[in-house]
Amino acid sequence: MDEARPLWATPLQFVFACISYAVGLGNVWRFPYLCQMYGGGSFLVPYIIMLAVEGMPLLYLELAVGQRMRQGSIGAWRTISPYLSGVGVASVVVSFFLSMYYNVINAWAFWYLFHSFQDPLPWSVCPLNGNRTGYDEECEKASSTQYFWYRKTLNISPSIQESGAVQWEPALCLILAWLLVYLCILRGTESTGKVVYFTALLPYCVLMIYLVRGLTLHGATNGLAYMFTPKMEQLANPKAWINAATQIFFSLGLGFGSLIAFASYNEPSNDCQKHTVIVSIINSSTSIFASVVTFSIYGFKATFNYESCLNKVILLLTNSFDLEDGFLTVSNLEEVKSYLASAYPSKYSEVFPQIKNCSLESELETAVQGTGLAFIVYTEAIKNMEVSQLWSVLYFFMLLMLGIGSMLGNTAAILTPLTDSKVISSYLPKEAISGLVCLVNCAIGLVFTMEAGNYWFDIFNDYAATLSLLLIVLVETVAVCYLYGLRRFESDLKAMTGHALNWYWKAMWGGVSPLLIISLFVFYLSDYIITGTLQYQAWDASQGQLVTKDYPPYALAIIGLLVASSTMCIPLGALGTFIVRHLKRGDTASVA
Amino acid sequence: MLWLLFFLVTAIHAELCQPDAENAFKVRLSLRTALGDKAYAWDTNEEYLFKAMVAFSMRRVPNREATEISHVLLCNVTQRVSFWFVVTDPSRNHTLPAVEVQSAIRMNRNRINNAFFLNDQTLEFLRIPSTLAPPTDPSVPIWIIIFGVVFCIVIVATMLLILSGIRQRRRENKGPSEMEDTEDKWENTITIENGIPCDPLDMKGGHVNDAFVTEDERLTPL
Repeated sequence: MDEARPLWATPLQFVFACISYAVGLGNVWRFPYLCQMYGGGSFLVPYIIMLAVEGMPLLYLELAVGQRMRQGSIGAWRTISPYLSGVGVASVVVSFFLSMYYNVINAWAFWYLFHSFQDPLPWSVCPLNGNRTGYDEECEKASSTQYFWYRKTLNISPSIQESGAVQWEPALCLILAWLLVYLCILRGTESTGKVVYFTALLPYCVLMIYLVRGLTLHGATNGLAYMFTPKMEQLANPKAWINAATQIFFSLGLGFGSLIAFASYNEPSNDCQKHTVIVSIINSSTSIFASVVTFSIYGFKATFNYESCLNKVILLLTNSFDLEDGFLTVSNLEEVKSYLASAYPSKYSEVFPQIKNCSLESELETAVQGTGLAFIVYTEAIKNMEVSQLWSVLYFFMLLMLGIGSMLGNTAAILTPLTDSKVISSYLPKEAISGLVCLVNCAIGLVFTMEAGNYWFDIFNDYAATLSLLLIVLVETVAVCYLYGLRRFESDLKAMTGHALNWYWKAMWGGVSPLLIISLFVFYLSDYIITGTLQYQAWDASQGQLVTKDYPPYALAIIGLLVASSTMCIPLGALGTFIVRHLKRGDTASVA
Repeated sequence: MLWLLFFLVTAIHAELCQPDAENAFKVRLSLRTALGDKAYAWDTNEEYLFKAMVAFSMRRVPNREATEISHVLLCNVTQRVSFWFVVTDPSRNHTLPAVEVQSAIRMNRNRINNAFFLNDQTLEFLRIPSTLAPPTDPSVPIWIIIFGVVFCIVIVATMLLILSGIRQRRRENKGPSEMEDTEDKWENTITIENGIPCDPLDMKGGHVNDAFVTEDERLTPL
């Protein structure tokens, strides 16, 4: 009944597509943060347990559904039960929101990549002030890397209410990012299948290079020791377990419909169980690998800052007391300080307030996640390395590959249902559909290039996908197990692949995973309700640091709209199908 | 008498050059930080060179071409190395205004630094801000050039893919109709060799080959 569905040229392309989609920026900038916050080496325990109990079963479920139904998310769920067409629509809506804001990260990566070809790197020096006697004030108060991010890249406004104008430089980079994505998805699996070889493999090459470089940096061992020393008491902290579950859940990209889309282009006899295990293990190992690299870079940066701090104290004391240059070193600093305190008490008490207490621990404890880690902390470390242009280019190229890989999955989740639908694909060829989707996303994405754009980005990042995905995956699991029937699904899989379904998967799908998701959902809801008003971090240019502010009411309304528009699709879809059926039954009854 | 004069002169000089005196500037050198092992010792010869450089800077100011080395006074040299200096006028009774000294030093800062193998950070004149070198801005920012290159490559590749896709679809649309034409042609062609039409046996149903059928009776009588 359907003319040949495009297939992956080899199963390897499918595995690479899944890896390239799952291994994204979250592995690089969220997992190291969680590791640091929740006990270093001991965080691996809840992480691996959640991987086995939640990650692998849910991934297998999505891949199996996609491979069995051989349609995108809307069609697949409609086949399972007509009342579930809302689930597919919800997945597409969430993917749409995600692709809107996610490509802005690629635009920023392009911006930094293009600026890496200069000597010195533009974020390593502060620009001069008006009369060229000193540096720009904002840059002095913050640091040069923060200044470059907040002022030169984002040109951020002090609050979300002041939207400002669209910045043409990031807008150009965003247009380029969308053109690149369009180029990759233009021909469907034919073009995507070739691109994923690059987007899956190149980040690993760069990570390997960075691993070698990172481990040989001065002070890297400080960071690694700090990260891997397990703090066993964190195992008792429920937040550690919840965050491990959340990280696994979002890292694999479940619920967006991308995995269903990818699996729908598979041969029916493909062994998706083997691929599930491979993809999930590679995803988690990449997270751990990336955090080793991140922590050696952290250690280098912390040691560098600690030593500069000490040097500043030494310079201050040398200048105030006119000591011989070179007399004060790191080793004799404490003795000399006590000697000076006793010998010149009045002068010492004048100078004392300016002497900072330099501590390596406090430098290491500054845990950062998200765009702050990628664009501020890493660039700070890179600017202190030798041949910093090379390292910068490699790093941002890797970020770009990771981001584009995830975008391919996101757009596949939107396009596969559209191209599957007979109505749309009869009017437009698939190049035109892809082009339209990219154009619409790009136009809306220009909102994120305005001066207040980063604040809207944070809204989308925090709220567009989190609650909705949990609900979607919960409904998916319950639907397959109880609505469609676990035995029926099991016999379908056996007929399709030839292998029997292991009892482990059945136990997980039936009981453990849905319970886990429900508890995550309850936790998130209670968290939102308890914290009351939502707040955000705004950049204050006069102080050179972030300050916390409340969201204005219209921003809160938009957050509510984001969450509601995807979650409401599920009940609305069921209701719509019910009404249509009722009307049809009413018609046939009246005819007869 | 001479000793008295000497003491008087040094006393006056001492008064002119004092820490925080009017028109006096503090200088701070960080030799070991700048030069490490190759740091030279700061002695009176180096001080003489310093005085010479300051005098040279003042001589380049209009109206001050008569400044001599002896007009530059140094005092309070510490181990740091740091000291104060003033520049007096030819009468040696007054010090030159701070503003003039400041602008003179600013204009010749580079040469003073180079004379001592130091830079703005390691040879500091407190209260004389150094003019920072502005970053060299090329006329077209570099990032736009690279952006332009990548942009053009992506556009060209996209165009190629779209065009080849359109061409492929046109070929597919023509393909099925072309296939039907050739099949009809095969049925209607008659092969002609040497002007004589050859009728392949299987095209015209069945033909009895007369050469093999001679008489009715082929069966041998019993």
